[in-house]
Amino acid sequence: MAELIPSNQSLPVGSAGKRSGGWWGMLALIVTEGFLFGYLLFTYFYLASQTEQDWPPEGLPILLIPDINTLILLASSGFVWACERCIQRRLIHWSLTSMAMAVIFGVCFIVIQLQEWSKKTYDMTSNLYGSLYFTITGFHMLHVIIGLVILMMLLLWLALGYFDDRRYAAITIGGLYWHFVDVVWLLVFTSLYLSPYLY
Amino acid sequence: MTDAVDSSSNPSLCRVPEVGYAPIGSAAERRLAELWESAPGWRGWLSTVDHKTIGLRYLVTAFIFLLMGGVEALIMRLQLARPEQTLLTPEQYSQLFTMHGVTMIFLYSLPVLSGFSNYLWPLMLGSRDMAFPRLNALSYWIFLFAGIFLYVSFPLGEAPNAGWFNYVPFAGLEYNTGPNIDVYALGMVLLGISTTVGAINFIVTLFRLRAPGMSIDKVPILVWGTLTASFANVFAIPAVSLAFFLLWLDRQTGTHFFDVVNGGKPLLWQHLFWMFGHPWVYAVVLPAMSIVSDALPTFCRRPLVGYSAVALSTMTTILLGFGVWMHHMFATGLPMFALSFFGATSTVISIPSAVAVFAWLATIWLGRPVFNTPFLFFAGFVLLFVIGGFSGVMTAAVPLDFQLNETYFIVAHLHYVLIGINVFPVIGGIYYWFPKFFGRMMNEALGKWSFWVMFIGFNLGFFPMHLAGLLGMPRRIYTYAPHMGWATVNMVTSVGSFIFAVGILIFLVNVFISLKRGALATENPWDAPTLEWATPSPPPAYNFAVIPFVASRHPLWEDRLNDGPSRSSLDQGYLLMEGRETIGTTPFKATPNIILKMPEDSYAPFFLGLFSALIFAGLLLHWRDFTLLMALACSLSLIGWMWPSQSLVQRLPVSKHDTGAAHG
Repeated sequence: MAELIPSNQSLPVGSAGKRSGGWWGMLALIVTEGFLFGYLLFTYFYLASQTEQDWPPEGLPILLIPDINTLILLASSGFVWACERCIQRRLIHWSLTSMAMAVIFGVCFIVIQLQEWSKKTYDMTSNLYGSLYFTITGFHMLHVIIGLVILMMLLLWLALGYFDDRRYAAITIGGLYWHFVDVVWLLVFTSLYLSPYLY
Repeated sequence: MTDAVDSSSNPSLCRVPEVGYAPIGSAAERRLAELWESAPGWRGWLSTVDHKTIGLRYLVTAFIFLLMGGVEALIMRLQLARPEQTLLTPEQYSQLFTMHGVTMIFLYSLPVLSGFSNYLWPLMLGSRDMAFPRLNALSYWIFLFAGIFLYVSFPLGEAPNAGWFNYVPFAGLEYNTGPNIDVYALGMVLLGISTTVGAINFIVTLFRLRAPGMSIDKVPILVWGTLTASFANVFAIPAVSLAFFLLWLDRQTGTHFFDVVNGGKPLLWQHLFWMFGHPWVYAVVLPAMSIVSDALPTFCRRPLVGYSAVALSTMTTILLGFGVWMHHMFATGLPMFALSFFGATSTVISIPSAVAVFAWLATIWLGRPVFNTPFLFFAGFVLLFVIGGFSGVMTAAVPLDFQLNETYFIVAHLHYVLIGINVFPVIGGIYYWFPKFFGRMMNEALGKWSFWVMFIGFNLGFFPMHLAGLLGMPRRIYTYAPHMGWATVNMVTSVGSFIFAVGILIFLVNVFISLKRGALATENPWDAPTLEWATPSPPPAYNFAVIPFVASRHPLWEDRLNDGPSRSSLDQGYLLMEGRETIGTTPFKATPNIILKMPEDSYAPFFLGLFSALIFAGLLLHWRDFTLLMALACSLSLIGWMWPSQSLVQRLPVSKHDTGAAHG
C-alpha cells in the first residue's frame, strides 16, 4: 500500500496556469466553437457548390482592405501573447501596455469590418450569398466582440494588480480564446475571400 | 476565505497535501461536512452546486418528461387503436407526435443519463465534486427552462408540429406560419447550450478529477460511456444548433438558406440535422449500455468480461457514428457512391455493438447470476438490444431501406433501440443505485412485477409495429381506412402500449413506497466492486472524507480477486480541508498535480440560466428591447461569475492588494 501513497511533494493550489480547470474548460469550449464554424463553412461550400447564381454577386472580392484587416487581427493576437510573456518576467507595466495595444487593434478590426459591410450593395435578405456572407462574418464579429470584452476585463484585472508571475491563469485562458478567434478568422477569410479565386 | 492568513511563505499558492484519516464523527469529518453542506431552506435549494443534488434533479425532471411523453403516446395509441377514429384532429395528432419525439429524445433520454453520470461520476472517480460545479448547476437550470420553453405553447395549441426532425420546406414559413416551429427552433438552441456545457464538464472531470492511482484503464465503463457521449455532443451539438438558428433566420429575417426559389437547399437541413442526429442516437444509448456494463457484473459475481474490448468498442461506435448520418437520407436521391459508403458504415457499426453484446453474454455465462430485479432489466435489455440492432442492420441495406423508409418498421426499430437500450437500463440502474441515492432498498416483489409487465407490454406493443411497417403502414398518419388490413396489428400495439404503461406505473409505485418504507441500505448492499459503494448510503455532502488512492478497477473486490500486490487505500488519503478542495490529477496516469479549489454555492447559475431563457423568450415574442436587456444581464452575470476570486486562488491572495479587491 505504501507505494501507492504519493511522496510528499508540494502541489500548486487553485487556478494554476495550464493545470487549472479553466484552461481545460476553455480548450473544450474552443473545440465545440471550432466545430460550429466548421458547420458554418460546410453550409457555405455545400450551397456554393450547387449554386447557379453569381458568386459572389459583385464579382471577385477586392483583397487589399481585408488583407490589412487580417494583419491587424493577427497583430492583436501577437500583443496578447506578448502580454503573457511580460507578466511571466514580472514586467507588469509592459504587459499592461501590450494588452491595451491588443484591445486597440481589436477595435480597429471591428471598425474596418463594419466599413466592409457598409460597402456591400446587398444585405442578408437580398440573395443566398448575402445570407451566407453576413451570417458567417456576423458570427465571427460576435466572437470578436466577446473576445474584446474578455481582453478588456483582463486589462482591468491587470491594472487592479490581481496577477503577477505566480498567478495569471486568467490571462492564459482568456488569451487562448482570443487566439482562437483569430485562427477562425483565417479560415473564414480563406473561405469567403480567397476561395472564389479558385473557380 | 480561509487562505491568505499567513501569506508570507505563501502556502496558499503551494502546499503539501496532508494525508490522514477522517472516520465518521471525527473533528476532521465534521469540518468537512460544515464546509460542503448547502445552506438549509430555499437559499440552499436555489444556490446548491452539489453534484448529487443536481444529478437527482436531472433524474426526476427527465422522468417527469418521460411520463409526459408517455401520456402523449398513449393518446395517440387510443386514436390509432381502430380505423377511422376521430379522437384527435390531424393538427392535434401532428403536435402530439412531434412533442412526443422531442420530449423523449431531447428532454428525457440524454438528461436522464446526465442525471446518473452527474450523481455517480465523482463518487466513482473518488472526487468531491465535478470539475465545474457551478457550470453543472447552470446546465441543469437551462435544461429545465428549455423544457418549459418547449412546452409553454402546447396548451395554446401552437406546439411544434413538423415531426422531431422538422424537415424543411414543411417547417419553413411558407407551409408553417404559426409560432410552432419558432418555439422548437429557439428551444433547441437553448437546450443545446445546456447539453454543451454539461458535456464539457464531464470531459474535464474525467481528465482531471480522478482519484490518485486511477489510471485511465481503471475507470468504470459508465465513465467511458458518458465520456464518449460527451465528446459526441461537443462535436455534434453545434450542427443542430446552427441548423435551427438558420431556420429561425429564414423564418424571421428572410434569409435564403433553405429557400428553394432563391437557391437555398432543403437537403442542407437534412445534412446538418443528421450530422448531429446520428451521433446523438449513440450519445443517448452508450451511457445506458455502460450502466449495464458496470452493474451487470455485480449480479454475475465476477468482473466484466473484456473490459478493454468494451471500452474500445464504445469509442469505435461513436467514431463510426459520425460517418453514418446519410442512412437517414437514402431515399432523397443521393449519388450511388454515398449510398454505398453510408450503407457500408451503417453495417460495420454493428460490429462494436456486437462486441459489447458478447461481453455481456460471456459475463452472464461465466458468472453466477443472481436473478433479482436489476439483473432482469439488464438481461432483458440485452435481448431488446439484439432485436433493435438487427432491425437496424436490416435498414442499413439500401434496397430494403427504400422499401421500409417512412413506415412503421422504422418506428418499431427506433423504439426497440430507444426503449430497449435506454429505458430498460435506466430503470434497472435506478433499482441498482436507489439504495445509494436514498439509503433504502427498493421492493423486490414489486420490482419483478414491474419488469415482467414492462417487458411483456413492450414486446406486445412494439413488435407488431414491424409487421405494420411490412404491411405498408406509413408513420405519422393520424388514422387509416378499415380495408387497409392494419386494424389488428394496431389494436395489439395499443393494448401492449397500455400494458407497458402499467409496468412503468408499478415501478413508480415501488419508488414511492420504497422511499418511505424500504429496508435501510448499508454502504454496499449489492456487494459491488466500484468506489461509489465505499461511501455511506446516501453519501455525505463531501463524498469522501479522505480522497482515496486507487490500485485497481475493482477497489472493493481486491482481496477476493487477488489481482496484483497493491491494494487501494480507502480510509487513509488526502484530507484537503482548507475550504472546499479536491485533488487534480494528470489525465492518463492520475498522478496528483494540483490542489483544486472548489467554488462555494452560488446563485449565479440560476440567474444566468434564467436570463438566457428570457433572451430566447424575448426573441420568440419579438420584444427587442427586452431581449437586449436580458443579454446585458447575462453578460453582467458572466463577468461577475468569472471575476477572479481570492478564495479560488484565481488571483494573488496577498493582503497588500486588499484595496484593489475592495474596488472590484
